[in-house]
Amino acid sequence: MKKVFESPKSLTKDPFTYCPGCHHGIAHRLVAEALDEFGVREKTIGVCPVGCSVFAYVFFDCDMICAAHGRAPAVATGIKRAKPDSIVFTYQGDGDLASIGTAEIVHTANRGENITVIFINNAIYGMTGGQMAPTTLVGQVTQTSPYGRDPKTMGYPIKVAEMLATLKGVAYISRVALSKPAYILKAKKAIRKAFQSQIEGKGFSLVEILSTCPTNWGLTPIEANKWLEENMIPYYPLGEFKTPEEVS
Amino acid sequence: MAEKMLMKGNEAIGEAAIRAGCHFYFGYPITPQTELTAYMAKKLLKMKNAAFVQAESELAAISMVYGAAATGVRSMTSSSSPGISLMQEGISYIVCAELPCVIVNMQRGGPGLGSIQPGQADYFQATKGGGHGDYHLIVLAPSSVQELLDLTMDAFDLADKYTNPAMILGDGLIGQMMEAVEFKERKKIDLPDKEGWILTGCKGREKNYIVPFNLDPYEMEKLNFKIQEKYNKLKEKEVRYETVNLDNADLIIVAYGIVARIAKTVISNAKKEGINIGLIRPITLFPFPEKIIAETSEKINKFLVVEMSMGQMVEDVKLAVNGKAEVNFYGRVGGVIPAQSDILTEIKKYLK
Repeated sequence: MKKVFESPKSLTKDPFTYCPGCHHGIAHRLVAEALDEFGVREKTIGVCPVGCSVFAYVFFDCDMICAAHGRAPAVATGIKRAKPDSIVFTYQGDGDLASIGTAEIVHTANRGENITVIFINNAIYGMTGGQMAPTTLVGQVTQTSPYGRDPKTMGYPIKVAEMLATLKGVAYISRVALSKPAYILKAKKAIRKAFQSQIEGKGFSLVEILSTCPTNWGLTPIEANKWLEENMIPYYPLGEFKTPEEVS
Repeated sequence: MAEKMLMKGNEAIGEAAIRAGCHFYFGYPITPQTELTAYMAKKLLKMKNAAFVQAESELAAISMVYGAAATGVRSMTSSSSPGISLMQEGISYIVCAELPCVIVNMQRGGPGLGSIQPGQADYFQATKGGGHGDYHLIVLAPSSVQELLDLTMDAFDLADKYTNPAMILGDGLIGQMMEAVEFKERKKIDLPDKEGWILTGCKGREKNYIVPFNLDPYEMEKLNFKIQEKYNKLKEKEVRYETVNLDNADLIIVAYGIVARIAKTVISNAKKEGINIGLIRPITLFPFPEKIIAETSEKINKFLVVEMSMGQMVEDVKLAVNGKAEVNFYGRVGGVIPAQSDILTEIKKYLK
């Protein structure tokens, strides 16, 4: 019998511990598939953040390290500079990357560090139970914006992909979603391009992945996918924001 | 043959680090240690298989050290007091992850932005942990440029041996001072193999991972016990100090770093006036030389601790003396260096 589907080698056999309907599992799988397809699993070092995906070190079957909150790009810089032949990626949420780690992500991108960043934007803090993230939408209710995010006092949601695409050292940036199969296929392509860009030594690459957090959004998984498409995508347009010709 | 040269303290650290095999430096500019960052830039940017990165902040610099150390290379950062405060997050993580690295603190006057003149007011921060959680750094306190150089090299060996960060706790003065130094040939020592835990890609082996946490409290407690065991070993095997004129002394000065250097002038000047002073100079601030202090307090009943702080190491001296002798304190702070004449005046107060 022909085998038509199997678990990527770059994932361990440990079952995901993420909430039902959360997109971390899909994102993990896509990253693992890309590592498998490029044959780089054995020279990859991943950096996991503080947040729900702090447990990514359990699920990826490659060398892994956990950074302090927001500092994953700096840790990745240290690794890549010490072992330039390795493939280095960070996997960070929106609180980690777009709030406490803004200095690290901006300067790592600006130095053109040859690493790949997988940025999960689900518009909320997951691990701590649903507080406002820098990416929380205007009017969105969270534990710390109980009357909805008021831009007058809480600012507007940060568009990370657009912001970082202005930096010259950046090789590849795109924003994708995972709420339906067509989007997942596109996300896979973007993640492949990001790693390809690193393998070819082009410089900094980042894929922003719009994701759901049904638990803290207070929605079912299906409702969450719908909410993402109706509310997040209009504010966070999908597409490529920077592509070196050689990689596209 | 040993090479002799004239070097500024901060540059001597850089040269010593590179000769000790540290080819990965990450730092952020701050007075009074910038010469070290500049020295590393000048040397490492021209070397193969080496890296110098001017980080965006001290938070990032220490995290870069964490990443590099995880791959098994010798790595370091340096700063001065306010910058070291920012590094405490990363230092605590590195300790928990049990990685070796070297951190240099050329202390300046504090608190706050303080002053840019020399200080010793980071003693508590350096020796008692500094960041969150139960831990210590291996803390080495040089009192000459030669010793700065030697201890820098030792720091890398000690960090590797105990898989724990080591700190050179200098002061602005020692970093800025120029003295003749020698790079002596060093004995090869056996250090533990890093192969079992470094992150280099999992080719031909199971994956390695380095995580500075464990959500199972019993497992986290076990890790704490393991880390404490290293500190017990350090206390047993790595204590270093210098003593001067302990026999027949009427009073013992306890001082480290540049203050110990001043104390030596005090001793010779006091002698001219017929006053017999001894000195205990801790070289390792952690592990602290409590045994020699305790033993001395059985024989000599007057101590004077002199620091460029409002009284920090004096607490460790009191613990070691444990009530067996009188422990007095003289301190100057904020960047002020105690004059030998002031110390002698202070001594005379207690010998009346």
